[in-house]
Amino acid sequence: MSGPDGGAAGGGPGEAGNGVPIVEIEDLKTYFPIRTGILRRLAGYVRAVDGVSFEIRRGEVFGLVGESGCGKTTLGRTLLRLQRPTGGVARLEGRNVLEFRGRDLRKMRRRMQIIFQDPVGSLNPRMPVSDIIGEGLLAQADVENRWGERKVRDKRVGDYLEEVGLRRDYARRYPHEFSGGQRQRIGIARALALDPEFIFADEPVSALDVSIQSQILNLLLDLRDRHDLTYLFVAHNLSVIQYISDRVGVMYLGKLVELSPVAELYANPRHPYTIALLSAVPDPDPRVRKKRIVLTGDVPSPAAPPPGCRFHTRCWLREQLGDPEECATIDPPFREIGGGHRVACHFAERIREEVSTAAVIGVEEPPGVPGGADPISQAS
Amino acid sequence: MAERTVAVTADLTPAELEQLLLERPDYEVQLESLNQWQLAWRRFRRHRLALAGAALFLALVAIAIIGPFFVHYDYYEIPHPDELVYAGRPPSWISGDWDPPLLMGETARLQRDILGLVVNGARLSLVIGVGATIISVVIGAVWGGVAGYFGGWLDSVMMRIVDSLLTLPILFLILVAGKFLGRGDWPSVMLIFGLFGWLGLSRLVRSLFLSLREEDFVDAARAVGVSDGRIILRHILPNTLSPIIVAATLSVAGVIIGEAFVSFLGFGVDITQPTWGNVLTSSLDFLQQGNWWWAFFPGFAIVLTVLGINFMGDGLRDALDPRARI
Ligand SMILES: Nc1ncnc2c1ncn2[C@@H]1O[C@H](COP(=O)(O)OP(=O)(O)OP(=O)(O)O)[C@@H](O)[C@H]1O
Ligand code: SF4
Ligand SMILES: [Mg+2]
Repeated sequence: MSGPDGGAAGGGPGEAGNGVPIVEIEDLKTYFPIRTGILRRLAGYVRAVDGVSFEIRRGEVFGLVGESGCGKTTLGRTLLRLQRPTGGVARLEGRNVLEFRGRDLRKMRRRMQIIFQDPVGSLNPRMPVSDIIGEGLLAQADVENRWGERKVRDKRVGDYLEEVGLRRDYARRYPHEFSGGQRQRIGIARALALDPEFIFADEPVSALDVSIQSQILNLLLDLRDRHDLTYLFVAHNLSVIQYISDRVGVMYLGKLVELSPVAELYANPRHPYTIALLSAVPDPDPRVRKKRIVLTGDVPSPAAPPPGCRFHTRCWLREQLGDPEECATIDPPFREIGGGHRVACHFAERIREEVSTAAVIGVEEPPGVPGGADPISQAS
Repeated sequence: MAERTVAVTADLTPAELEQLLLERPDYEVQLESLNQWQLAWRRFRRHRLALAGAALFLALVAIAIIGPFFVHYDYYEIPHPDELVYAGRPPSWISGDWDPPLLMGETARLQRDILGLVVNGARLSLVIGVGATIISVVIGAVWGGVAGYFGGWLDSVMMRIVDSLLTLPILFLILVAGKFLGRGDWPSVMLIFGLFGWLGLSRLVRSLFLSLREEDFVDAARAVGVSDGRIILRHILPNTLSPIIVAATLSVAGVIIGEAFVSFLGFGVDITQPTWGNVLTSSLDFLQQGNWWWAFFPGFAIVLTVLGINFMGDGLRDALDPRARI
């Protein structure tokens, strides 16, 4: 079903990322101006994405996690040209998509698609499903695909409804006639109908019933295999990320703090923030008593990120190390520590020495939780 | 994904629907598919007051169109006044005097038949009210839409212009503009109301556009390569329809009353052509004579129009909300 341009070089089903990057992001920045007063004077910037670099490999699911407001959505929207970038480069197979205009931009849109979190807000309530899915086809019509013809378009809409597990004749209906899970399938069909290679899935299951979530996740994995897709997959839920991802990036306050193959990240996290996030996930084995690491203090404002390491205002490792100066003054580089594992912390190597892994990931001894905070986890 | 569904006709009441769901909880209820206008019509039909309002408005339109063929009126055709009834005769059904039959009584002095004035005035009043509203809705929707959709400095400039126009005394402007456009003929009156009536609406439309353009479905359309123009027409505008309709119905009423008001100041439609406004205001000089009917009937026509349109607008707003229950 995958079109002619579907994936000639595609990483095959199951072989998670054959190493060839499809998307390369370099020092990407997206700032939102803050304007105040009647004159709308520029008062500063919200640095939603502030210098992010990584690559996504063809055929893989790249999971992205981080607290609310850390810039995950903005990163994806910038990549898809739904948000104006402030700086940096984002290459799709070598060509910088941030510079595309006109025809090139429209062609790029066929190759990069998006799936939204909110199954209600992402479908126009005043359009029948046939138009919701067919609209993209119409916009991308050319003499070759003949999507401009109603019949060709309707057939394809029907095909893709079936592809996502819905009935063809649902095309005549309006969004309010569907359940949340069905709506999400419609949104997936819309993205899929253009036969893209890359899909940014922004928390596609967070708004759904738990019973539906796994259906949709499995559908997405199936579709990846059938259509040679690559996903950038955002989720809050670390179990979901573990289930679906091949590699995972952890974001904090507009920056990537850790990136690693999924098994390595969950077994051997090296950034104090990642460790705190993971400590909040209950272990399936009830005998394992995990100690939550409670992050103290609020998330700093992305309009005024802390100097040095952005995490230093909440970092438990820094406290344990006795407030080393570089944390507050030098922004730790995002560096490779072996095995495709990258981390932005001056003291990543000290984690095993200073805190026993057992204590961190959880058997007995907790790390001395700084500040004696009450056990309300800030890590979600 | 096998799904068991049961088609339910949209004519089920919510209570019946609920009963059905209780009986067969494992079935997913699907409403019968109707297109948007069919759905809207169904919702509108259930709205009694809206139906009554629509009937009333349509009746007034019908009177405006065909009434003048039955009730003749010519300003220069002066009836033969009876010196003894200077204040004009009251309606026949009050006085009991059916010779001549007078449904709404007569004007003072010249003793014109008020029925003739009201019926012949309907045309211009409705045309001016509806016409000026269309003009202001189009300008306001485009202005506000462009400002809200594109945002940024363009939005700032466009809205500053609206703000400063809003600080001007509109009535005074209308009077001045009336002088330039040639006062007294109805197209310029309509134009003036249309050209000054869009300010509030443009603000409303702007704020709707500002929030709608952030919707995910707009992003989705952009992501598949739909053009800005088409996004505005197919995604944003349809979702602003309900509030625009409400504002428009209010505006029709406002213009009809406003025309009456400027007529009173002598800048409305020339007295040779009757409108409800100028008939009403010309009665005011003679009110001491006790001929209340001269003011009452054109005023009543205005009130009926305003009520009819407002009820209709209410119903339309509910009918056009796709998320409303059928
Ligand atoms: N259009 C906008 N204008 C101004 N600020 C914005 C805009 N969109 C996002 N932001 C800000 O940018 C930061 C990042 O937001 P973003 O939505 O990317 O976070 P996120 O990681 O997706 O969060 P969540 O998990 O809640 O979806 C936040 O501080 C947010 O307030
Ligand atoms: S650099 Fe310092 S503050 Fe930042 S994460 Fe590492 S230890 Fe914590
Ligand atoms: Mg988000």
